[in-house]
Amino acid sequence: MNRQIRLVSLVAALMVFALLGNLTYFTVARQQDLEAQPENVRTVYSEFDRQRGQILAGDTVIAETVPAAATDERFDRQRVYPQGSLYAHITGYYSFVYGTRGIENSYDAYLAGTDPTQAMKSLVQEWNGETPAGATVQTTIDPKLQQVATEQLGQAEGAIVVLDPATGAVKAMVSTPSYDPNLLATHDFDALAASWAELIADPTKAMVNRAARDVFPPGSTAKLITAAAALKAGYTPDTLIDTPSSIQLPNSDKWLPNASACGNGQQTFAFALAMSCNTSFANLGRALGADALQQQAELFGFNSTHFDDLGDAPSRYFTRVDDSGNLVAVHPDDAQVMMSAMGQWEIAASPLQMAMVAATIVNGGLRMDPYVVEKATAADGTVLYEHEATSVQAMSEADAKTLMTMMQGVVEWGTGTAAQIPGVTMGGKTGTAEWEEGEQPYAWYVGYATDPNVVVCVFIQSASVEATDMASGALAGPILRNVIQATRPA
Amino acid sequence: MSELTAPVAPPAGTAPVVFKQRRGIELVLILVAQSLGWGGYILTGLNRDNAFPAHWLPVTIAWFGVGVALHLVVRWRTPYADPVLLPCVFALVGIGQAALYRFTLDFDKVSEGGRFSERSQIIALFLGLAGCCAILIWLRNLRRLNAYPYVLSAAAVVLLLLPLVPGLGWEVNGSRIWIHLGPFSLQPAEIAKLVLAASFAGYLTENRELLASGGRRLLGFRLTRVRDIAPLLVMWGVSLVIIVGQRDLGTALLFFGLIVLMLYVSTGQLRWIVIAAGLGLGGSLAAWRLFGHVQQRVAYWLHPEDFPDGAYQIITAQYGMSVGGLAGAGWGLGWPYMTPYYFNDMIAPSLVEEIGVAGLMGIVVIYGLIAFRGLRMALQAKDPFTKLFAAGLSFGFLLQTFAIIGGSTRLLPLTGLTCPFLSQGGSSMIANWLLAGLLLVTSHEVRRPVDLVEVDLADERTMTIDVRQLRHLFSGQAAPLLDVPADLVKEDDAAAGPERDETIALPPPGGLS
Repeated sequence: MNRQIRLVSLVAALMVFALLGNLTYFTVARQQDLEAQPENVRTVYSEFDRQRGQILAGDTVIAETVPAAATDERFDRQRVYPQGSLYAHITGYYSFVYGTRGIENSYDAYLAGTDPTQAMKSLVQEWNGETPAGATVQTTIDPKLQQVATEQLGQAEGAIVVLDPATGAVKAMVSTPSYDPNLLATHDFDALAASWAELIADPTKAMVNRAARDVFPPGSTAKLITAAAALKAGYTPDTLIDTPSSIQLPNSDKWLPNASACGNGQQTFAFALAMSCNTSFANLGRALGADALQQQAELFGFNSTHFDDLGDAPSRYFTRVDDSGNLVAVHPDDAQVMMSAMGQWEIAASPLQMAMVAATIVNGGLRMDPYVVEKATAADGTVLYEHEATSVQAMSEADAKTLMTMMQGVVEWGTGTAAQIPGVTMGGKTGTAEWEEGEQPYAWYVGYATDPNVVVCVFIQSASVEATDMASGALAGPILRNVIQATRPA
Repeated sequence: MSELTAPVAPPAGTAPVVFKQRRGIELVLILVAQSLGWGGYILTGLNRDNAFPAHWLPVTIAWFGVGVALHLVVRWRTPYADPVLLPCVFALVGIGQAALYRFTLDFDKVSEGGRFSERSQIIALFLGLAGCCAILIWLRNLRRLNAYPYVLSAAAVVLLLLPLVPGLGWEVNGSRIWIHLGPFSLQPAEIAKLVLAASFAGYLTENRELLASGGRRLLGFRLTRVRDIAPLLVMWGVSLVIIVGQRDLGTALLFFGLIVLMLYVSTGQLRWIVIAAGLGLGGSLAAWRLFGHVQQRVAYWLHPEDFPDGAYQIITAQYGMSVGGLAGAGWGLGWPYMTPYYFNDMIAPSLVEEIGVAGLMGIVVIYGLIAFRGLRMALQAKDPFTKLFAAGLSFGFLLQTFAIIGGSTRLLPLTGLTCPFLSQGGSSMIANWLLAGLLLVTSHEVRRPVDLVEVDLADERTMTIDVRQLRHLFSGQAAPLLDVPADLVKEDDAAAGPERDETIALPPPGGLS
């Protein structure tokens, strides 16, 4: 019988090795994949209960993790947003059920302490019985500006972006209406589900960051792109451009009128920009051609994304989004090129993109890609992440200076005089976009002030004004003025 | 070797093998093994509340006290028992009890079905310990189990089928494997495992020659008579009834596997495995075709992701294991309660979640150690009954472990079985402690030095029989024809027939003079 028992022992050994081999296979081949599955509730639980790092705007704490209420049975810690809805579109939220958004999403590894540089240290801390803490994320947001910009928009649906043109740092980013991320971070799952349902059904789309993650027809602010292309092509501010009171589009019986006091004859390039003369820019566009316009637009940042910190929707210039969400080229005819040159056809931009256009002009033609996260610092002070600037020379320095000066006309005597601040050198460009017959137009005003240099883009989605640049300037101008006022030393 | 060697003095110049008792080592190992579970218990408290568990002092005293007490019983009654067995058992029991204590801390997060009575579990542990002691104290001669093989066989079958009795049986989670006995509920299959191993060892000891050599030859194959194969057929039938009536695939496979193994070991013929594989395959195929739950089990195993509801148990257990990873989240820091049956069938993935793949690997090795010590006893044992019984017990033990750990970690389709010594469940705990007791007694008998007696060789000489001559005369049919003590010829494999040419190890006459 011993021979049989030996054989049985061999089978028994094989069984033990099969179990051990299977566990090894699991660890090597399956474990990581399974751990990363979004359906793996335990991963969410384990990350959810970490001592997550703070998010700061200046010295102001805009997101932090605090001990959970004693009544909380599931978790020891609770994520809170002390400023409520003010920074919702920047911090995003950290929800047990509905995932993460904003910086909570894009800088999750640093906040959670799971990025490779922190992971080892966290492991050591866990062995030692300490609670590993995530890194603190410092944003570029100026709390005062964020506050003023939010107040200025008030109840309107819209967005304000404030950029430092020299660095691309986002000093304020407001999208209204906003929402309270605390509602989505709660551990009361019934209340959470109710809040989520309400926000999803919200007709004003409070959860959408209009400043960066949505695009709108930019109206006449797009004339800045046409102007930059024209300067590159050799136009000067004094070049005379045919500016009839209205112009017939090629191969069409449609007539395009001017919406502002541009006369019926010729105007200088500078005047046409300051007064936002449609027919001048239509003629400019036809003379420059679709390729020159698109090339300039893309140098400013259109048709691609530039804002990984929060994620941005690509602004579109002669492109559209196909069914699967990709950008595909469209080939405009002459009429469409003329309309685009004045900002009325298939082009769309985010408020952030239009601020980038102005900031590039102010920064001597050097486009600095925008960012909102300055750095991430571990609890012991080690800097784990620091923003590295990326830039593109979008136009020559000389052309940029010229265009910057031309934009002053808009504020000083053109369509945007409502934004004037006595004693401050300012420039800008107003815009109005009629996006659908009978609907309220979008009002735009993108402007800058010098010394200190700052660029502000004001976008009002629910502008109850008539569809003229004068009206948009009158509506958005005071907002721009007040925001710029707030950037200046008191 | 044959029992004849026992009362005879060894050849000159050699000494009889005397196993060392190694009881001191055993005590140290027990304490080390016990501290694994104890550490889990204390760490659970520290990790959860930054404090020792509420009753840690009495629990600690009781726990180590039990270890020392059982050690003393072994020292007293079975001093030659295998010194590794008990430490292995205490390691498993400790880890299991710590896990069950740790599970109770999450009872506020689970529904009624996710809870169990920790009190019953501890009572079962002490009943199991008492049972183990009882075996150590009163079951000194294993062959007493060999007295009534048929009665025991019948008892095993009855135990297995008991849950099907209306009014007594009780269905939990689709499986009808429980019976109600007054205020207690029992899983009779757990006890049946032991009874069956004993009864089959007894039956096969008596009948193995018949099974091995009976029947006519046809085309080079020996046809087994139906009468000889009947026990296999009966067990096969019982297994099918269990699959169909109790919807308990695991138990059926376990018992069928146990019978096949013991048939093979006793007869030394691989054809039993072939026959059994045929029957098993046929039965499985029939079960597959006829009963949806068998097909489902396999589908859930192969493609759990396609069955988010049906295979939820497997999927979520895999998620739990992934979170545990190699080192585990730490005692009390995982979420094992998210997996259905996390405290019985799925306890292996639950443990991975907190003590890691490395921890479970250690547990698997401990199970392997217990089984291998058991198989080693079978090799060392001198009589066929003890050999069969020890092999059956240890292999059955490992087979059950293999099926449930393999099933819960996606090596095999999941079949509901308890994980010996770890899972919650009183019947399982008691039955496995009895098994431990039986293995201890067996190993004591096997390792115990034989009582040496002085033999007057002149008197004994007449009893020396040259078996080679017998073989020559009767070509394999020797034993039953002569009035020769059966023990002399019933040597290992001697019954296998004339095609084997083994000399039978009797004391050489020269050695006696």
